[in-house]
Amino acid sequence: MLIPISWLTRYVPVAMPPAELAHKLTMAGTEIDSVEEIGADWERDKLLVGRVVEVNPHPNADRLSLPTIDLGGGETATVVCGAPNVAAGQKIAFAREGAMLRSNRSGKVEPLKAAKIRGVLSSGMVCSERELGIGDDHDGILTLDADAPIGAPLVDALGDATLDAEVTPNRPDCLSMLGIAREVAAITGAQVTEPDTAYTESGPPIDSLAQVRIDDPDLCGRYCAALIQGVQVGPSPAWLQAALIKAGQRPINNIVDITNFVMLEYGQPMHAFDFDKLKDGAVIVRQAREGERLATLDDETHDLEPPMLVIADPSGPVAIAGVVGGVATSVTEATTSVLLESANFDPANTHRAKSAIGEGTESSYRFERGIRADLAPRALGRAAALLLEIAGGSAAAGIIDEYPGRVDPPEVRVTAQRLRQVLGMAAPMERVQRVLESLGFRRIMGNDDEMVIEAPYWRADVRIEDDVIEEFARVTGYDEIPTTAMSAPIPHQAPRPFEDFRERVRDALVSAGMQEVLTYSLTSRETLDVVNGLDGIEEPLRVANPMSRDLHVLRTSLRAGILKTLESNRRVSRGEGFRLFEIGRVFIPNPGGALPSENQVAVGALCGPRGPASWLSSQADMDFFDAKGALESMFAAIGVHAEFEAAEDAIMHPGKTARVSIGGRAVGVVGELLPRVLDQFDLEDAAVAMFEIPLDALFQAAGERGAGYAPASKFPQAERDIALIIDEDVPSARIQQIIDRHKLVRSSRPFDLYTGEGVPAGRKSIAYRIVFQSDRGTLTAKLIDRAQGDVIRQLQRELGAELRA
Amino acid sequence: MNDRPSLQQVEEVRASAARELDAAPDIQSLDEWRIAYLGRGGRLTRILRELGGLPPDERRAVGSAANSAKSALEEDLEVRRRELHRAQASANLLAERIDVTLPGRPTPHGRLHPITETIREITEVFVSMGFGVEEGPEVELDRYNFDMLNIPKEHPARDMWDTLWIDHVDEDGSRPMLLRTHTSPMQARIMETTEPPVRVVVPGKAFRYEATDATHEWHFHQVEGLAVDEGITFSDLKGALFEFARRIFGEERRVRFRCDFFPFVEPGVDMAIDCFKCGGSGCRICGGAGWIEILGAGMVHPSVLEGVGYDSQKYTGFAFGMGVERICMLRRGIDDIRLFYSNDLRFLRQF
Repeated sequence: MLIPISWLTRYVPVAMPPAELAHKLTMAGTEIDSVEEIGADWERDKLLVGRVVEVNPHPNADRLSLPTIDLGGGETATVVCGAPNVAAGQKIAFAREGAMLRSNRSGKVEPLKAAKIRGVLSSGMVCSERELGIGDDHDGILTLDADAPIGAPLVDALGDATLDAEVTPNRPDCLSMLGIAREVAAITGAQVTEPDTAYTESGPPIDSLAQVRIDDPDLCGRYCAALIQGVQVGPSPAWLQAALIKAGQRPINNIVDITNFVMLEYGQPMHAFDFDKLKDGAVIVRQAREGERLATLDDETHDLEPPMLVIADPSGPVAIAGVVGGVATSVTEATTSVLLESANFDPANTHRAKSAIGEGTESSYRFERGIRADLAPRALGRAAALLLEIAGGSAAAGIIDEYPGRVDPPEVRVTAQRLRQVLGMAAPMERVQRVLESLGFRRIMGNDDEMVIEAPYWRADVRIEDDVIEEFARVTGYDEIPTTAMSAPIPHQAPRPFEDFRERVRDALVSAGMQEVLTYSLTSRETLDVVNGLDGIEEPLRVANPMSRDLHVLRTSLRAGILKTLESNRRVSRGEGFRLFEIGRVFIPNPGGALPSENQVAVGALCGPRGPASWLSSQADMDFFDAKGALESMFAAIGVHAEFEAAEDAIMHPGKTARVSIGGRAVGVVGELLPRVLDQFDLEDAAVAMFEIPLDALFQAAGERGAGYAPASKFPQAERDIALIIDEDVPSARIQQIIDRHKLVRSSRPFDLYTGEGVPAGRKSIAYRIVFQSDRGTLTAKLIDRAQGDVIRQLQRELGAELRA
Repeated sequence: MNDRPSLQQVEEVRASAARELDAAPDIQSLDEWRIAYLGRGGRLTRILRELGGLPPDERRAVGSAANSAKSALEEDLEVRRRELHRAQASANLLAERIDVTLPGRPTPHGRLHPITETIREITEVFVSMGFGVEEGPEVELDRYNFDMLNIPKEHPARDMWDTLWIDHVDEDGSRPMLLRTHTSPMQARIMETTEPPVRVVVPGKAFRYEATDATHEWHFHQVEGLAVDEGITFSDLKGALFEFARRIFGEERRVRFRCDFFPFVEPGVDMAIDCFKCGGSGCRICGGAGWIEILGAGMVHPSVLEGVGYDSQKYTGFAFGMGVERICMLRRGIDDIRLFYSNDLRFLRQF
């Protein structure tokens, strides 16, 4: 909402700079996004008010004319002008040579140069809105108010400041100059002067000429109409045009401009019908009927359907109520009788109608927010008065005022007790009353502890006690409220074992050298397919109104997001190693329109050299064992022991993939990705190892471990190495299982693996370091020898291993 | 030279031994020295052995001198041995000298995403004030996201949240599911299942149908806060949020509240802090305003309380919500929100 200060001061004095006013309004709830000063950069000696003395034809061009401009003090100038609307007697904005103007050719602000146009020298220019930078119109010159003093600097006649207010949805009253003026009054203590709504009724009674019938009082609570006959349609006077332009509207003709002006003044949308085009002079407010259509002023033809509300005459719809008027009954240059509509339409139904036809209008924007029905007759009076003044004619006696939705003005009780309870400060009722009265509220009755107040006729948002308390607080300022610490006892907070666990996993992955990333929750179906993310899911959840194809479905897997992150980072730095992980939610649809299951998953991807180029070690690329190592490090940090066994995964290398489990329960997968998957992510020249751990599974498996502790042995441990020759396909985990089950073995770890020369085909040499220890005493060499012998015999018997010589 | 041991002889041997010991270049030469003076055939040993041939008076005097010379030399030997050891060890260490300017053995290092870190910092502040932490679903029901927050269907207030709807239509033709547009639905969810008192913060993702630019992302994080109990007032809201501002943006921060509208609070406010960069005089960070808006807040609307079955005459409370990205951007001087989810490691590694 654009608020020219010059318009605002019609109703309330403004005795402070625009920036300060903007700040005060913002603090009280009307946020001013920006303040634009009109004419702040107009040079006083180069842009002047001039009067067109005469207009002569251009000798060499039909479309151009040669107006002579009186600049006061006996000075005149003759210019070449292309505007069709230039006429003798007009006050205009004159630019001397050198004035800074927005060029129509380049669109930039440039100094005006003297120029010969079709053989005639133009000494200056008569300006359009656009050249002055105050509007878009360039169809003709800007005409100024007839009162503007000739020769005066243009900035004095037209200079202004405009506040751009972002009005919150609860305050439709502030979508008007009067509404803002009332805010200003409350802040500054000034008084608001309302416009005069009285006018002379010289015509026959309106009832004898026009009828209004409301068929659906739920959707139209009030309909007021006035009739003015014998009007002269034409351009609006300069002051009206200037006001509309500064408020961001385009002048159309005097009748339409008046309805727009009054809408901006009161916040009450209005419509003007060409009365002679309304069949039988009858207005019917009813729901649209299936199959009805209407060509509207926005150059569209809309299909109408119930419960859309229309204004109709006996022959059919003439307007979509509260949204847009029809072309057939609109005011044109030929119009002589105008029926002015000032009505109140249901907010929700207006919203639906607006949504159904697409774009909203200034009118629907206000009705949707719920304006007071009391505005309708006042705005109607104002519009009729302006219309008689500007377009002439005579007004029918009386107005039509159908008001089936009459409601009593809301009364609200305010108590000192509640004010204290909500704000934490005490204020005497007298003071509260003063603040409320500055906003137009009226005290009906009350005492020192409470009072009953009535909201002013323009406020629709004050319904309950707390609304009134806010009115007091926002005008008083929140600085006045004390700052305290909550005195109530701290409530018990239930433990959150899963979330705590998840954060430990996150920290552990970081400690394992992995960088956390966060990726979008939406993706495309195609992307999910590439990583087999839809395995076991019939259909992922889709967004009904996606912003793009790439953000169309809710992710069912985190794999694609992390691969894309890898892809984009490798594009920047191909020679670098990346260890990335994400912890996030996947969305698994549930039947019957229930909310999806949001499962939290940790996924990691490792790719590229293990470390930066180093003088200490050669640079090798990361592989399966780096991913597994990161996982093992994380498992150790959270205190679980996981087993790995060969497994398959649709997008992983069949020989380099392991199922991860804890105590026999699957908790995820780790493996190297298939080349065909890497191709899809522009990673074809890299090996990528990935892990995926559903956190609920990990949490459950980890949670089942006992909370106990085993005391450490007091006795020394002894290490022995053994090297075995064994079938190649025997997993190391199986060998270790046998070693570790001996009661004197504390731990074992493979430290050497070899195949090739010296080892029979199909067999491998694998060596283990075994730690022996007892809880009962120091192990003698003899005891250790015996234990080692036992282990080797078991390995021979169960796995066909032989000791390497 | 007199073969008979004498005091003079003892003195000569001692002096020459001390001289040679000082001159001994290394540990090996100490052995030779020891053999020459203190060994079985060493010069001092010989004197001691030949004492028997002396008259008793002389024997006593020379014997005593020779014995004390022996123990003195033995002591000197030990001192000298230690000296040479130290010297040799130093020489050895010098020989092992490395180029300390070469880079160390690389160890991979990871980091948290700045948003994770910021969420932790924010929640920690409120946890220390007795708030619990809850999380909620990212796919939400219209009912919780809007209806129960006093944002009815067809109300233009809904336009404050451009919504991404889930493509599922109920039998009555409505779309019940959406991507939550804020973390506020958890207010209703928590109160619905909890008796007062409630004191909780809710970090999490939120989504809006919005074109992305330097200050807007369709995908972002919020931290919601809610405190409901008997006797909670707007002044408590000020106290809690002032403390938050000081903890996150610096102890000297001032805060300012201005009226704003959110359907689920009344009164509703917006909180700004004085610019931590310029202190209020106006700079690039605060856009010249001197103040930076960082969160929306207010007293929980009585209809929201009644909607979850709380007695709004008995219980009052405050709620607030803030954008995590915005907090992080302000603190770190980040000027483009898109950096968070482009996941460029050159950006992420700076945190």
